[in-house]
Amino acid sequence: MIVADFIPSQMLAILPQILLLVLAILILLADAVWKPAQRQWLGWISALGLGAVLIATLFFSRPSTDQPLLFGGMIRHDWLAFFFTVLFLFSASIACMLSIGLGGVSDRGEYYALVIVATLGMSLMASAADLVMLYLAIETTSIPLYVLAGFLKQDDKSTESGLKYFLFGAMTSTVMLYGFTLLYGAAGDTNLYRLADRMLAGAIPVVFIVGAAVLVLVGFSFKVAAVPFHFWTPDVYEGAPTPITAFVSTASKAAGFAVLLRVLLAVFPAVAPYWVSLLAVVAAVTMTLGNLLALSQKNIKRLLAYSSIAHAGYALIGVVALSQFGAGSMVFYLGAYVLTNLAAFAVVVVFARAAGSEEIADYAGMSRRSPGLALAMLVAMLSLAGMPPLAGFVAKFFVFAAAVQSGLVWLAVLGVLNAIIGLYYYLTVLKVVYLYRSEHEDKPIALAPPQALALGICVLGIILVGTVSAPWLTWAVQAAGSLF
Amino acid sequence: MSFPILSVIVFTPIVAGMLILLIPGERKAEVRVAALAAASLALGLSLWTYFSYDRAAGGYQFVQQLAWIPQLGVSYHVGVDGMSLPLVLLTGVVMFTGVLISWGIEDRPREFFAFLFILATGVFGVFVALDLFMLFFFYEIAVFPMYLLIAIWGWQVTREYAAMKLTLYLFVGSVVAMVGALVMYFASGIHTFDMLALSQAEQGGAFDHLAYNLFGQSVPFQVVWFLPVFFGFAVLGGIFPVHNWSPDGHVAAPTAVSMFHAGVLMKLGAFAALRVGIMLLPEGAKYWAWLILALATVNVVYGAFIAMVQTDFKYVIGFSSVSHMGLVMLGFATLNRQGMTGAGLQMFSHGVMTALFFAVVGMVYDRAHTREIPKLGGFAKAMPLVAVAFIIGGLVSMGMPGFSGFIAEFPIFMGLWQKQPIVALLAAVAIVVTAAYIMRVIGRVFFGGMPAEFEGHISPITALDKVALVILSAILVIIGIYPAIMAPLVESGAVSVLRLLGGG
Repeated sequence: MIVADFIPSQMLAILPQILLLVLAILILLADAVWKPAQRQWLGWISALGLGAVLIATLFFSRPSTDQPLLFGGMIRHDWLAFFFTVLFLFSASIACMLSIGLGGVSDRGEYYALVIVATLGMSLMASAADLVMLYLAIETTSIPLYVLAGFLKQDDKSTESGLKYFLFGAMTSTVMLYGFTLLYGAAGDTNLYRLADRMLAGAIPVVFIVGAAVLVLVGFSFKVAAVPFHFWTPDVYEGAPTPITAFVSTASKAAGFAVLLRVLLAVFPAVAPYWVSLLAVVAAVTMTLGNLLALSQKNIKRLLAYSSIAHAGYALIGVVALSQFGAGSMVFYLGAYVLTNLAAFAVVVVFARAAGSEEIADYAGMSRRSPGLALAMLVAMLSLAGMPPLAGFVAKFFVFAAAVQSGLVWLAVLGVLNAIIGLYYYLTVLKVVYLYRSEHEDKPIALAPPQALALGICVLGIILVGTVSAPWLTWAVQAAGSLF
Repeated sequence: MSFPILSVIVFTPIVAGMLILLIPGERKAEVRVAALAAASLALGLSLWTYFSYDRAAGGYQFVQQLAWIPQLGVSYHVGVDGMSLPLVLLTGVVMFTGVLISWGIEDRPREFFAFLFILATGVFGVFVALDLFMLFFFYEIAVFPMYLLIAIWGWQVTREYAAMKLTLYLFVGSVVAMVGALVMYFASGIHTFDMLALSQAEQGGAFDHLAYNLFGQSVPFQVVWFLPVFFGFAVLGGIFPVHNWSPDGHVAAPTAVSMFHAGVLMKLGAFAALRVGIMLLPEGAKYWAWLILALATVNVVYGAFIAMVQTDFKYVIGFSSVSHMGLVMLGFATLNRQGMTGAGLQMFSHGVMTALFFAVVGMVYDRAHTREIPKLGGFAKAMPLVAVAFIIGGLVSMGMPGFSGFIAEFPIFMGLWQKQPIVALLAAVAIVVTAAYIMRVIGRVFFGGMPAEFEGHISPITALDKVALVILSAILVIIGIYPAIMAPLVESGAVSVLRLLGGG
């Protein structure tokens, strides 16, 4: 153990986490000492602070190739952790921007502090290399999110959302923890990479590993909202404050995938054939069920909830492909998905503030009330549907290519058929936005600066990733490469 | 490096569309002028390209290649040959005339032109693409604006249904073809989406050693994957039995979009089926030629008969497109020089003709507010130029000598006769039926007595409408009387396709 020695490079490796902690404390302090009128700036400070952490991470916290395992093997500072940390910071920053001016959350310091702590947990999830660290990181992420989902105490739906999220989360977390204990009991070690060595050496019976892997997968499936652990998604998404829904559906899901990718590829290669076939089925069922259930939704947040289940299915294809390109395509897919879903929820936030509704039917006349907002919705929906020149198209192309490369043509075919169902309901939303008339057409929709900024960043990002895709793919494959 | 003219043509519409979106929505006149300027530029550049293509040299010209996603061997690679160049020109013509015809749109013209131009970029992009990824990229860019254009500005009665049906059909086709393309990419083993390189690899026998074991029989790779690739694209070409999105879509669409749709988009499907299906998997094409022949014959004959019994003016034209696109597919399926050349010419000729038809239908409908043929009559007196234009289109449609239809259909029948005389005979029946329904429309709509309710209410068409009609009619006549302006060019393209098929 070399924990006691102070090594600057080790500190730089956890720079984002340190800065996030500082930011959270600052927000809490400001909340305590500021007058109510000043607290309206808390949102801006959080959003810009997260942005600053992102930039600092990009410049100072790049992983070095030598000695990735740090702090006695607790975390692994590699490109995967780096990429996902950046993604979480981005998502959190956008979520904070969307919260500015929102009734019930906008001037509450603890709200922003919880978002920041959850982000801290996620970044640790992405880099955890030890079962204990992993479990702590997952709980550090989850508990603030449970609170945030139920943050609007006056709103029954929000309270229900928080409680439901907590109960489901606690249940699956217990099962996962049981899997962890089995692994520890069998191998006598908690470090992921040493566990993998033991398994490959054949020290543990295969049946035992498979059993533990399944238990662990339960917890991860909950995080990424894969079938059959998706039931919480629509209710939680609908009830939670919309910026939190955006945050949960993007960053939290991505964090789940980061862990899933690392644990499956680093710890369980010994039993890869088993979990690959299991996950292939899960991916197939997840995307199909998510898309089919989305078809009949009337509420935009529930629709996006089911669509996010479907997207988890597409992303899983990349894992199932079990290749560096496959894992890279999954990472790319998540990047594109995070950008797109944030844009979609940003539109939902703006519209709900102006019109007070989240029903799809009330989106009628949007293109006449605010052409710009309608255009942003168009970009978001088409990117989710996988249309060029937007991020969703290249992302889908890559995961399907990865599936074909690994000989999983059936999964690619199922994926494209699902894309068709998806296109149907995304177009249905656009139809309401562009085609239907409403009585409120003369009331323009106000677009406040923070939300406009968030929308602008996301829409530009979607187009950029969709057209100039090469550098993003390089980074995604590089991130995935740290697992091979 | 020389001036990247093809890239300028491809990106002019979409850049113009984005700029148009920046104009405030209530300044409609400026929106229209900007749209016309962009369309003129695109038309001018495509004309210039058409006439400066070196016919003696042939092959792919104005080629430009840039790395796009080098990790996967995706490049931005454009170029035109004898097959695609007329289609680029066609797109320019239809885009320009479409803008002229759409001058009167009052509901959100800014969004209309922006979406129409995104569509145009997609179409140009597919015609010039020499990279498989790029082809899909632009193909799908061309698909989704269609939905909005039809759903928002279309005919109120069926627009939602027709728009959704059309979009889903086309998307199904394109994604099915995409899976096939991905399989080809990995099977070729050369790690590139470049179509020229893939074609070379195919000629070198890259797919020959691959086979699937289906029901105890060994089925070659090309035979299996030709089906999804060719028919995935052929959906947009309107091949039977997946044609029935097309009449519904044509009818529901606003005039300019019908023109684009029947005039250009259906060619997009046929062209992509040729480029990717036949040119990259020629062995598959040889194996399945009989199936294409059979289905396309149904298209030609059945389309013509259905057109015959329609009472809605626009549905007549819609089904005539199904019938005529069948001739294109028949031309492909002959896999010989005459047939291929005819198919290439037919794509251009039918594109211009059907754009003209839909423009006429739109003008009549805007004034009569009905498209029921029995309720119309006597429009030749009120709108003589429109009647003349329609008659020219009709003569083209019947394949009358002296018009472009003859130049295109005659070689197709020559090719068919060599390949399969029975099909040629069956298809010839359709020509007769075509003459019958065209005559019926001309007689009922443009001649005879005008119903009393229209008397004195038919306003003359605008100068812009006239310009559009004259341009479209003139092209049909020019090609008819001076085929050398296009036929040798297309033939050079057909020959290079046939070289891949091992013939000449």
